[in-house]
Amino acid sequence: MTAETMSIFSPKVAARFDALVEKYPVRRSALVPMLLYAQDEIGYLSDAVIAEVAQRIGITELDVRNVATYYSMLRFKPAGKYNVQVCTNISCMLRGAYDVFEKFQEELGIGHKGVTSDGVFSLEEVECIGACCWAPAIQVNYDFHDDLTPESVSGILAQYRQKSEGQNNA
Amino acid sequence: MADVTFTVDGKKLTAPAGTLLIEACRKAGIEIPAFCYYPGLSLQAACRMCVVRQEKVPKLQTACTTTVAEGQVFTTDSPEIAQARKATIELLLGNHPLDCPVCDAGGECELQDMTFKYGAGESLMVDAKRHREEQQWSPAVFYDRPRCILCYRCTRVCGEGMDVWALGVQNRGVTSVISPDGGDQLDCEQCGMCIDICPVGALTSGSYRYKTRPWEMNHVSTVCTHCADGCKVTLGIRQSTNGAEIIRADNRDKSGINGDFLCAKGRFGFDFVENPERLTAPLVRNHEGKLEPTTWEHAFRVAGAKLKEIRDTRGGAAIGVIGSNRTTNEENYLLQKFARTVLRTSNIDHERTTDYVSFARAMAGHPGKSASLRDISAAPAILLIGGDPTAEHPLLAWTIRTNVRLNRARLYVANETQIKLERQAKAALRLPAGGYASLTKFLSRTDSKINDPAFRDALLAEENLVVIFGAEFRGSGVDELVNWGLSRPNVRFAYLGDYSNSRGAADMGLLPDRLPGYVPVSTHDAFADEYPGMPHTIGLNQPQMLSSAAGGSLQALLIIGANPLEIDTFDPASLKGKFVVVTDMFLTQTAAVADVVFPAASLYEKTGTVTNTYGDIQLVRKAADTPGIKPDFEILVKLAASMDTNVKSLVPFGKTGVKVDLGQSRGAQMGEADRHAIWLTAQGLEPRVSPFDPLAILDEIERLVPSYKLDRVNLFGGNDIHTEPGFVPVSALTSSGPDVVRPSHNGLFTSGTLGRYSKGIADLQRHQAEVKQEAVAG
Repeated sequence: MTAETMSIFSPKVAARFDALVEKYPVRRSALVPMLLYAQDEIGYLSDAVIAEVAQRIGITELDVRNVATYYSMLRFKPAGKYNVQVCTNISCMLRGAYDVFEKFQEELGIGHKGVTSDGVFSLEEVECIGACCWAPAIQVNYDFHDDLTPESVSGILAQYRQKSEGQNNA
Repeated sequence: MADVTFTVDGKKLTAPAGTLLIEACRKAGIEIPAFCYYPGLSLQAACRMCVVRQEKVPKLQTACTTTVAEGQVFTTDSPEIAQARKATIELLLGNHPLDCPVCDAGGECELQDMTFKYGAGESLMVDAKRHREEQQWSPAVFYDRPRCILCYRCTRVCGEGMDVWALGVQNRGVTSVISPDGGDQLDCEQCGMCIDICPVGALTSGSYRYKTRPWEMNHVSTVCTHCADGCKVTLGIRQSTNGAEIIRADNRDKSGINGDFLCAKGRFGFDFVENPERLTAPLVRNHEGKLEPTTWEHAFRVAGAKLKEIRDTRGGAAIGVIGSNRTTNEENYLLQKFARTVLRTSNIDHERTTDYVSFARAMAGHPGKSASLRDISAAPAILLIGGDPTAEHPLLAWTIRTNVRLNRARLYVANETQIKLERQAKAALRLPAGGYASLTKFLSRTDSKINDPAFRDALLAEENLVVIFGAEFRGSGVDELVNWGLSRPNVRFAYLGDYSNSRGAADMGLLPDRLPGYVPVSTHDAFADEYPGMPHTIGLNQPQMLSSAAGGSLQALLIIGANPLEIDTFDPASLKGKFVVVTDMFLTQTAAVADVVFPAASLYEKTGTVTNTYGDIQLVRKAADTPGIKPDFEILVKLAASMDTNVKSLVPFGKTGVKVDLGQSRGAQMGEADRHAIWLTAQGLEPRVSPFDPLAILDEIERLVPSYKLDRVNLFGGNDIHTEPGFVPVSALTSSGPDVVRPSHNGLFTSGTLGRYSKGIADLQRHQAEVKQEAVAG
């Protein structure tokens, strides 16, 4: 991609993409990592993201969508500022993950894949996040919270709400 | 590869090593069911229907991905395998609706057949089926997700086969859907291949859906009337209140030169037959100057009397005849014979889209050098010069792509602009504007204007080459290129024209200077016995005829299935006072100025033969019928009769007709005519051939046109028969002049005047324009 081409990504991510597409024997191998980085920066895979990724790799937008829609971690609508991912796979389930998940739904007033009206939180039921030793566990963006009970839910949410307000006031 | 021997169900089979087991079995008559496997497309192994037991292998194997090797032992039918297949079908039916009684595919559905065979009609599933609303992706393509069994045939034929890549698979597992490239719209070539290849009723055709059931139609295989590739097409016909109606066109009969292929025009462009603007009664201009419907008898009387009067008072040279690119060989032959022997004029021509005369001249005396479409499908190397086959010759493009994909053929493209087929090319040469003229010199190493020695070296290293070119080369340009090729071993040629029987029109002598078989009209003894009284002067070509009619000595024009006034920058008013007779399906610009208009049959409503641009002759069979029309053949015979001509001198028929061939020369049928004759005599009957049977004249064509040596058994069996462009070695030649040749450059959704009357094609054209516009607007 030439320097003068407009990119929707930050210079840092754009530079990373420039390197990524050259890294593999076949350009389209860079597709999945690019989508993950793009989602981290933009928040979700918007039409503009898909168009630019397709153009950078030299495949059609349909090709990008074919791959992207396969993966449940890639999303096409904005998530909340803090995306709460509750694991309900076997270890967590046996240790009460569904109670935790229900508590989150109650507290936030949203269901699976929902986003709160203020856009601060979103909630997802996800497959194993690799924290079985400390089940039940959740992941909020890239942070883990483990060994939970329904009682710990309010505390976690308060912590992030505070963080969000702090950032807004700053 | 070397042959190997292996055992299937106790039978010893032999096949080349590496053959797919499913193919080897099918060749040996052992049926292995499969949904996702499709010959010629990449392997998917998704449907699990083709599972077989291989000895010493613990699990069932998919026959579509197993290659055969020496000594293997397979079982393809056992209770275990039947159970596995039944379970597969049961899973597929988990979400597949059982709406067979209303589904388009019902009766020709592979899933339905397999369910009947393996008996998985009862389901143990208790969950509700997932439902999604049906989607319309284009005027041609509808998608019904619940019926889809995710075999991926459509995505593969679209991508690999058509090189369009407009279909993809999104989401995963049970939520997977086939999705089009334009969001909820298809932005593609609208060929409809995905509909045809779908084993179930998930993809349905806009022109056919919910109209009928497969078993309610008669299926007639004939030849497409649109471009010059001559695809064999199967028309689904149903009785209607006014004759027989065409319901759909597909390639159910995969035996033709096109195999699986049909383009948008072939598949959806048949509906002009049903156009309400269709002429269904002859029109004669009345004393108020208006065209008025009348009877056939009256129209023939008016046309015949006036043409006869002009011929007898002003001479045949005062009459001009313009033929069609879409009528059959028999009609074209009859038309020129009618012009030369009845009207006694040499003024006969047709709308020439390419210069077949020069091609025939260049190829004369070099048998075996012209490439049929089947040759192209197997050629190890192809040089494609100019044109854009993807749009103008869809079957040629498909054939080349398939050859490159399956046989690793090497394609060389030389073009002034970038064309889509370059994606398949081993090397592409970009020519400067007007560079076709110097290409031959470049290839023979005498020109320095084009500088791409790597392209030339690679091309000249090819030991076996097919050269495909079109109207960019005319006159001496054709000679130079062909001579370059003839100077090398194993080079064959294909020359591209534009309409379904453009080649046949030239072969049959719809030319002012050429008789059938490209025999020069000025040769004094040519056809002397056959065409008594024929003029040997060279006549006027089409532009000359029109300008002569406007100002000069031409008094009458007979125009058969052509619309020259559309193409010419010509003032129709200048034909005032001239006698114009037109046969056409519609009131075209030309028909509108005529004095007599005869409503003609389309190619789908008559029998005969056509020749595609590669010289492959195929049989056209009458499929539909519209009341009030006649084939051009019958119109010409009756027009001749109305001029007091002895029809027997024009068309051989009847027992006493000296020229009639009742089948003695028909190969496998030899002796049959004699047996018939004995029986008929014993019954006190006379053998008769109708003067309106176009095949009665095929014998005469065969006798007079040396290149039309037809294998009747194959022709009537529906196979294509290759002909050479002509072996008349002529040195002295009149040049037809490059201005006479006007390529039409019809694209995927245009087809000359005829295309304007097809709603199906018009809808697709509009859809594609809208999709493109949306894409630009973002």
